[in-house]
Amino acid sequence: MALLEVRNLSVDFATTSGTFRAVDGFDLTLDKGDITAVVGESGSGKSVAFLAMMGLLPWTATITSDQLTFDGNDLRGISPRKRRQIIGKDMSMIFQEPMTSLNPCYTVGFQIKEALRIHLGMDRKERHARAIELFEQVGIPAPETRLSAFPHQMSGGMNQRVMIAMAIACKPKLLIADEPTTALDVTIQAQILELLTSLQEETGMALVLITHDMGVVAETAERVSVQYAGQKVEMQDVRSLFATPHHPYTAALLAALPERATTKHLPTIPGVVPGQFDRPAGCLFSPRCAHADERCRTVAPPVGGPELGFARCHYPLNVAQEESV
Amino acid sequence: MLNFLLSRLLTFVPTFIGVTLISFSFIRVLPGDPIIVMAGERGMSEERYAELQAQFGFDRPLLVQYWDYMTGVLQGDLGNSFVTKKPVFDEFFALFPATLELSICAMIFAVVLGLPAGVIAAINRGKLFDRTLMSTALVGYSMPIFWWALLMIIVFSGWLGWTPVSGRISLIYFFDDVTGFMLIDSLLSGQKGAFSSAVNHLILPTIVLGTIPLAVIARQTRSAMLEVLSEDYIRTARAKGLPPSRVTYIHALRNALIPVVTVIGLLVGTLLAGAILTETIFSWPGIGKWMVDSIYRRDYPVVQGGLLLIAVMVMIVNLTVDVLYGFINPKIRKS
Repeated sequence: MALLEVRNLSVDFATTSGTFRAVDGFDLTLDKGDITAVVGESGSGKSVAFLAMMGLLPWTATITSDQLTFDGNDLRGISPRKRRQIIGKDMSMIFQEPMTSLNPCYTVGFQIKEALRIHLGMDRKERHARAIELFEQVGIPAPETRLSAFPHQMSGGMNQRVMIAMAIACKPKLLIADEPTTALDVTIQAQILELLTSLQEETGMALVLITHDMGVVAETAERVSVQYAGQKVEMQDVRSLFATPHHPYTAALLAALPERATTKHLPTIPGVVPGQFDRPAGCLFSPRCAHADERCRTVAPPVGGPELGFARCHYPLNVAQEESV
Repeated sequence: MLNFLLSRLLTFVPTFIGVTLISFSFIRVLPGDPIIVMAGERGMSEERYAELQAQFGFDRPLLVQYWDYMTGVLQGDLGNSFVTKKPVFDEFFALFPATLELSICAMIFAVVLGLPAGVIAAINRGKLFDRTLMSTALVGYSMPIFWWALLMIIVFSGWLGWTPVSGRISLIYFFDDVTGFMLIDSLLSGQKGAFSSAVNHLILPTIVLGTIPLAVIARQTRSAMLEVLSEDYIRTARAKGLPPSRVTYIHALRNALIPVVTVIGLLVGTLLAGAILTETIFSWPGIGKWMVDSIYRRDYPVVQGGLLLIAVMVMIVNLTVDVLYGFINPKIRKS
């Protein structure tokens, strides 16, 4: 049985000007030990989908899905109490901004031990020992003294390590990393990614990496899911995605990588992700797509088969000759 | 810490001088003359008037009078009351416990009700409780104190007969001041019923004086909580699977306390101003009533000295608040 099974997950936000669909038919299957990257630009709904699974969205959000199971638990009708026994323990999450994601009023030690007490019921001595062990595991020097430091006394990279230590404290089966390196220096980024993959190897947990950085994807992930305007547009193994992208959006994202540029000016994707009021009728990517025609603008595209990377497109790219019509 | 305290104390100097200047000049701008007031209905002869003016120093230029006053103040001498002839300092501290007792009770009333109310309103944002509470708070904040006090007296003392109308304790009890706080003294006296009589007398003035602070604290707590609840670290706390009560009271409230404590510090000034009205209406023998009486009598040294001492109290409270910040949020302690 899959660890995480998500079918047709949608999230709507009630706003003063009507509802806004942030996630539109999100699918994902994760097995134990999988490393999957979810890629997309800002506003493509990638974080929201996972916050919905964690139950961390505000009350203005309406979450619907055909299936949403984690480790044998149906997360759809779950009681808040039961959900709190799962999140932070079996399913945990780290966030984009390490400097603001830790409470400034409490020491980092307090914030780590808190999770240990709530989920594992450890006593004071056990908690202290485990916290030190965790700090060593995530590579924080002098863990004994660092435990009594406040978040503002540490660097962003150190705080992100604390966040990771907190997230893996109860040996989760799934770790969701929501743009864990976006706010960090490039040199620290590499260290944090390396730490995440090595922890994944050590513990065998599944890892979801939410990012907009294709470089991060290439370095760490095994499988990639590309999100656009709340929809999954393509999903493939990382190698085949980089070699043969099927959706024009994926192709455009890859073409925008500096190391792949062939012209003097970097290629960009014109326009922005459609918002609440300018959602096109047909394919959501059609206004920005170089290959779009009348059909794309009026008819919503079908989802392709696995050989097409589930690409949501009328005219998928890089299709083998004999298959194309 | 020492540097911090010293630099804060330095900022007291201009405030202190400002208060003396304002209190010294404003009471003299008021029409009326303390000597005429003292003479009463009989009046006095021209010679006697001139003699008294010389005795109190009113015949000299204002600047010289101010200089004399300041020389006294800096030596810890606030002068003597024209009416009672007793030192202003002694009178102030004889009456201050009554005001302090009332103010502390009013503040406790406001904090104990206002903090939880604001927190609950923030959690239930936009729901019935929140709307009811916030509109009630607005009414409470906008109500004139004297009108509210009279209303309470009519209802609770007049119609229902639950509480006494005025004073600090029933006249049948008599005992010596030990601490100056009626609640403590009545307990120490060991007289049966004295304590409950003191409590009964405190209820209405406490509610009346505490109403505005209560409204302000509830609204401030609500907005501070709303801001903190949308912070990233609250999401982290919830992502850890902590129960909502722990997220609210351990993770959010402590961060929300900074603006609330600031407001509480500022409210102490409002409270002392409110005490003047409240004490007058409830015949509460504190500095508020004493100040009002002295203004009527044009008792210059009492008005000047009283204002100065009240200002110093407010400054001390706000200094305490600044120090408290560091205890609430360690990030401020460092910088």
